[in-house]
Amino acid sequence: MSLPKVHEIPIGGIITEPGSSRRNLTGGWRSLKPIIHDDRCIRCRICWMYCPEGTIKETKGEFVVKGRKYQYKYEIDYNYCKGCGICAHECPTKAIEMVPEA
Amino acid sequence: MKVVYKAIWDLPVEELFASGHRACAGCGPAIAMRWITKTAGPNTVVVNATGCMEVTTTQYPETAWMVPYLHVAFENAAAAASGVDSAIRVTSKKGLWRSGKTNVIVIAGDGGTYDIGLQSLSGMLERGHHVLYILYDNEAYMNTGIQRSGGTPRYAWTTTTPVGRAIRGKIQAKKDIMGIVMAHRVPYAATASISNIIDMSNKIKTALEYTEEGPTFLHIMAPCPPGWRFPEERTVEAARLAVETGYFPLYEYDHGKIRLNPPTSNMVADPKRRKPLREFLKFQGRFAHLTDAEIGELEKEVVANLEYLAKLASL
Ligand code: SF4
Ligand code: SF4
Repeated sequence: MSLPKVHEIPIGGIITEPGSSRRNLTGGWRSLKPIIHDDRCIRCRICWMYCPEGTIKETKGEFVVKGRKYQYKYEIDYNYCKGCGICAHECPTKAIEMVPEA
Repeated sequence: MKVVYKAIWDLPVEELFASGHRACAGCGPAIAMRWITKTAGPNTVVVNATGCMEVTTTQYPETAWMVPYLHVAFENAAAAASGVDSAIRVTSKKGLWRSGKTNVIVIAGDGGTYDIGLQSLSGMLERGHHVLYILYDNEAYMNTGIQRSGGTPRYAWTTTTPVGRAIRGKIQAKKDIMGIVMAHRVPYAATASISNIIDMSNKIKTALEYTEEGPTFLHIMAPCPPGWRFPEERTVEAARLAVETGYFPLYEYDHGKIRLNPPTSNMVADPKRRKPLREFLKFQGRFAHLTDAEIGELEKEVVANLEYLAKLASL
């Protein structure tokens, strides 16, 4: 990370870039990694709703899994996932497995 | 409450609380922040008291907020928000405010609300500012190292209410903050829980709409894994059990009328539908020292509180 020069910093403790915390990749905090088993996912949206990091991405489209058609797909952005396990704990079909980080 | 969202698929998609914030893994308040910003939308000014959600979201020179955001101090979030509201009103009158109806939301923890910010909250409510004040309650000063607050429940262990021979955790009961707010006769106040997102989002929408008339208030239950001493995957479950055991009742105060919301209304109608308080207490390290007699005592307080609320609701 390169630090700004002192004259480049706005006066008054102002942060001018919304959502700039995204530069801070919190994925490194993780000791357990959630894996979504797409074939067990019933697309209920619960993991997406409860993730404190907002790091479960919902994609709209056409997805065929084992002959079943779905309109949505859920994927985890591991750049930010802290491995809290809330998604795995709340998933009604136990489609999310927590595995130790390699 | 106005039902804007009927089911999980109606909930807003746009994220206005960015990833990369430094809240602990499994943070309950972070779930609340995501849904407050998503529900309120981009035309919102957030005024944040000092607390977990300020410290972890705005580590200079970065911020997780994607709406205009102001932090001043612990004790004056409501006062600063009063100023923001007044500025918007005056510039609107002069035709200089070009953003239409802008929401002004205070976000403060239990320390910033029950204790340090109480006088500025009372002043804001009394003056009738058009502000929604949201208290996210994790029941102690958590980011400074788990010190007791006016929102900490009786018998809970904290670093300033240790468990030993002389005392058994916090001596005093949790303050009735909703009672204090309702005594200001505001248009709307409600409790909500991060486990019941649809209910919570509808209450945020309702409260924002009523700010047209005056100040509104939300009290959100937001468990803290390190402070309550439980594994971080159980945050949502902890909030759910707080509601289902009657420890944290869901209700609203709408223009002088109190209404209990499900599942609290169900357990008041039929006490068998309330889960034993032990289920909420047993996996939390902060209550690990409790004896059966002490749990019984707390359970009596829970039942008495539900009866009290049921009486208020019948008025
Ligand atoms: S909670 Fe489980 S079933 Fe529901 S969308 Fe997420 S992975 Fe799929
Ligand atoms: S483990 Fe926690 S942070 Fe990671 S995706 Fe699941 S809920 Fe989100």
